[in-house]
Amino acid sequence: MKWDWDVARDFLPQLGHGLLITLEATALGSILAFALGLVWAMAFRSPSRFVKWPVAAVTEFIRNTPLLVQLFFFFYVLPTWDIKFSALTTGVIALGLHYSTYTAEVYRAGIDGVPVGQWEAATALSLSRGRTWQAVILPQAIRRVVPALGNYVIAMLKDSPMLALIGVVDMLQKARGEASSSFHYIEPFTMVGIAFILIAYPASLLMRALERRLGH
Amino acid sequence: MTAGLWEHWLLPGVWITVQLTLFSAAFALAVAFGIGMTRTSRLRFVRFLTGAYVEIFRGTSALVLMFWLAFVMPLAFGWQLFPMWAAVLAIGLNYGAYGSEIVRGAIASVAPAQGEAAIALSFTPAQRMRRVILPQAIPEMIPPFNNLLIEILKATALVSAVNVADITFAAQLSRLATGESAQIYSIILVLYFVLAFILTRLMRLLERRAKANIGQAPPKGSLVTRKLIGKQETEQSRNIVVGGGAQ
Repeated sequence: MKWDWDVARDFLPQLGHGLLITLEATALGSILAFALGLVWAMAFRSPSRFVKWPVAAVTEFIRNTPLLVQLFFFFYVLPTWDIKFSALTTGVIALGLHYSTYTAEVYRAGIDGVPVGQWEAATALSLSRGRTWQAVILPQAIRRVVPALGNYVIAMLKDSPMLALIGVVDMLQKARGEASSSFHYIEPFTMVGIAFILIAYPASLLMRALERRLGH
Repeated sequence: MTAGLWEHWLLPGVWITVQLTLFSAAFALAVAFGIGMTRTSRLRFVRFLTGAYVEIFRGTSALVLMFWLAFVMPLAFGWQLFPMWAAVLAIGLNYGAYGSEIVRGAIASVAPAQGEAAIALSFTPAQRMRRVILPQAIPEMIPPFNNLLIEILKATALVSAVNVADITFAAQLSRLATGESAQIYSIILVLYFVLAFILTRLMRLLERRAKANIGQAPPKGSLVTRKLIGKQETEQSRNIVVGGGAQ
């Protein structure tokens, strides 16, 4: 083991820049996943089977195929249809779309957990459909599933290095760049690995504390 | 796509993906049982070590771990692994950590009276585990293991980044050779979905038999994904963060 502290020190600022991109991709991906997931979850509840079945089929398909391949699909196929995004945008869309199929299941479980009486009460008060969702069902459903959603944010964080493979300059890509230009492999890759653990572990502790608070 | 690409890259790629999935799953299963059963050890030291293992590997990104095993280990320790084994090691260590939580949870869910009854019948601890606890815990483990297996299948796509010629790698080559990105990536997405579907069916079969062994009815399920109730969904997101990892 030939660990060189000078190399590590020189790589640190780059790691910082990469970290910002990693966090940006995770945050934007999460927002997309939370929003889209809610759309899918409400579509599962739609009275029309022409909405329900296609949504179920598409989410099932996305959920059971690798994120990496979806990433390549968006990165290489969309430009041939004249839809052009930057690598980071493509990555965020793929990450958000992939995880929206997970958050959809989370929301669905939360919505199923709201007692039927709440729906009936909303009907009895002659609330409109939109109002029932927004004022009665969702506030109760989402509260229960916050920890599960948080766990998927951590999962997205750990999947974000895949974006390096389409050229997004995140932490992993910085390490790969450093390795190919200076042939120092040990320090950059090890530091990236440690950085992920240092972020993911406290975050998972936080989610566990949240689970206890919200009474699961 | 030409027949040559199919014959020389894509079909062997499918075989490599299947092999990777099975080897990684077997390794992850061994890790899961090893860690999951020792995590409740009476020795504080053992509990600490296994706990640290789980936290470290659940916090690790599978792709970064794979790069580390493929590029750093040979330099730092002089161990050059075949890329395929580096990949199996990375996926197995990573998903084994998730799996160990499944094993631990399932063992904890067996009614304590069962263990007490076994003690009263003066079973040794090993007999207690093998004859009483595990037969009841294993059917509980199969549904979450099914989800983990799908996550492992999805994680195998990462190996293309360390130059193992799996389906994704074959797709990259075909894209470079023919430029028909849309067609190629659509085909391999469907291939992955079919593999996931087959794995799920096999796991359902396994579950039916394990449940029948302890006199329970087989569950009804949807196409591939399992529908979970709120608490299970939280638990699963905590244990199986995939793709995370991957995927």
